[in-house]
Amino acid sequence: MPMDIVVCIKRVPATDATIKIAADGKSIDPAGVTFELNAYDEFALEQALRIKEQLGAGSVTVVTIGPKEAQKELRDTLARGADKAVLLVTDKWMFDGASTAAALAAWIKTQPCNLVLCGRQAVDSDNNQMAGNLAARLGFASVTEVVKLTLDNGVFTAERDIEGAREVVSCKTPAVISCQKGLNEPRYANLKGIMAAKKKPFEETPAQLGAAALEVVSLTLPAARAAGKILGNGADAVPALIQALRNEAKAI
Amino acid sequence: MTDPYKALDFFNTDELYTDEERMIRDSLRGWVSDRFLPIIEEHNRNATFPMHLIPELGEMGVYGASLTGYGCAGLSGVASGLICQELERGDSGLRSFVSVQGSLCMFPIWAYGSEEQKQRYLPKMAKGELIGCFGLTEADFGSNPGGMLTKAVKDGDHYVINGSKYWITNGTIGDVAVVWAQCEGTIRGFLVDKGTKGYLGKPIKNKLSLRASDTSELVLEDVRVHKSQMLPGVQGLKGPLSCLTQARYGIAFGVIGAAQAAFDEACRYSKIRVQFDKPIARFQLVQNKLVWMAAEITKAQLMCWKLGKMKDAGTMQHFHVSMAKRNSCWMALECCRLGRDILGANGITDEYQMMRHMCNLESVITYEGTHDIHGLIIGRQLTGEDAIL
Repeated sequence: MPMDIVVCIKRVPATDATIKIAADGKSIDPAGVTFELNAYDEFALEQALRIKEQLGAGSVTVVTIGPKEAQKELRDTLARGADKAVLLVTDKWMFDGASTAAALAAWIKTQPCNLVLCGRQAVDSDNNQMAGNLAARLGFASVTEVVKLTLDNGVFTAERDIEGAREVVSCKTPAVISCQKGLNEPRYANLKGIMAAKKKPFEETPAQLGAAALEVVSLTLPAARAAGKILGNGADAVPALIQALRNEAKAI
Repeated sequence: MTDPYKALDFFNTDELYTDEERMIRDSLRGWVSDRFLPIIEEHNRNATFPMHLIPELGEMGVYGASLTGYGCAGLSGVASGLICQELERGDSGLRSFVSVQGSLCMFPIWAYGSEEQKQRYLPKMAKGELIGCFGLTEADFGSNPGGMLTKAVKDGDHYVINGSKYWITNGTIGDVAVVWAQCEGTIRGFLVDKGTKGYLGKPIKNKLSLRASDTSELVLEDVRVHKSQMLPGVQGLKGPLSCLTQARYGIAFGVIGAAQAAFDEACRYSKIRVQFDKPIARFQLVQNKLVWMAAEITKAQLMCWKLGKMKDAGTMQHFHVSMAKRNSCWMALECCRLGRDILGANGITDEYQMMRHMCNLESVITYEGTHDIHGLIIGRQLTGEDAIL
């Protein structure tokens, strides 16, 4: 059975970016920040491409909710092999998993789709809410944080790392599956893919955002780290170090 | 560990590039960070080329990327230049491999080969399934290639080639050599397949530069090749020289990558290295070195971008390429020397990449036309006086 796969991605600040809080005290100041494709979403895209390659049929459509600038991240997914990209445009910083899921669900319902893949979470908001919320809204099966995924006769077998154990679940389509590091090794965009990307379908339409379920009240940077302490030199200092680790840092 | 590399772009040259050019560069940059940098020091120590990466680069499409058809990507001049830049940010040996494959071996087949030769070699070379090398230089004929002693003599439907070539990148690992030889009063190119009787590649040992690259001698003793292996489309020195123009173009861009690696490493080091209770970045002499590096890198970026535009417009002349190759190599080598200075004693170990790049660049400033020869090519253009011959 061919599969029409939707991959949800997010444009996020690069993980090594220096973050400044914006004047409103609730968001980050984007000036001078490099943005990139959320790393977990790369696993989702790669898995989608592999499923399509395995089946030899179907489609991979990548969708994001974000600013116009997210074209860059979408083009990157087209260069790596996605068939079509859709940008649901908003200037709002998508923090709230529920309203993100609502807008994505509204759009996905208008599309042929029997599998949604996404990253386990976006590294900017770190909420880990969207995948489950989206599955509920679509009435799809939901499997989260998958580290291994196989498809046989229309049935997925997914493996998840849970506390102290490996869980194996199976599910049929339609499903929303969120992808964890370890699932695969994402491919690089090759030069022909990059050249072909500009000829692939690319749609832009305003995002249909519902009411927010969550609101960011304030955003502050972590407190500066306190200065280090030198307890002594060599082996003689070890007892003092153990004392400090045990009593002050409570690390052991 | 993720690669902390930040490419210097002081004048926002990024906005001069097209979206595709930036994407191509970024894709290669990521590949070099993830796949190449973790293993390069080991290969440099052991004087080996990472052979397992050859098909991966083929998959990416970097071989003969500016050529069209036959499985080649058909990229713009700037895009193919930026590929060289990112590869050489990794190591000059890596860029050399790709330059030889694309500019020196695929290019003459593409430009001067018969249709049968193109079909036979180019698609496999684009995939990295066949490796090429380029036999022009001889031990006693470097800057003066026209004096070459290697000869091809016609014998029925065959040519018999005798001679030897030296300083040949990929000479031992190569599956096919483009060999240039004196033939019937001119210079002709021949495609010599590995395994042809009398043909042998022998590695040149104990190099202190381009260690992670195969540099060899080619020995040709009564090598018989069918006349269908001669490149029909060109004769005379302009054949090999036109290949060199392509390769020099790639070098002009490429070594900017090495210079950026040097700047990035030196700048980062200067901010964390503390002497006299302050980071050495706070000392004027250190800042002055970093400023020199940044200014020269910026100038080279702008010069090469314009060179790329001229290449695409068909207005690029060989003396333009000479100026860019000469300038880029000189500034990149100076950047590494200054950068090594900033790194102090730490800069002499291979825990840092500085000295590997520096040693590599001693070759790069020499091969494909030395600094001085390029000066004379530019001087000839400026004055009309030929100081070479």
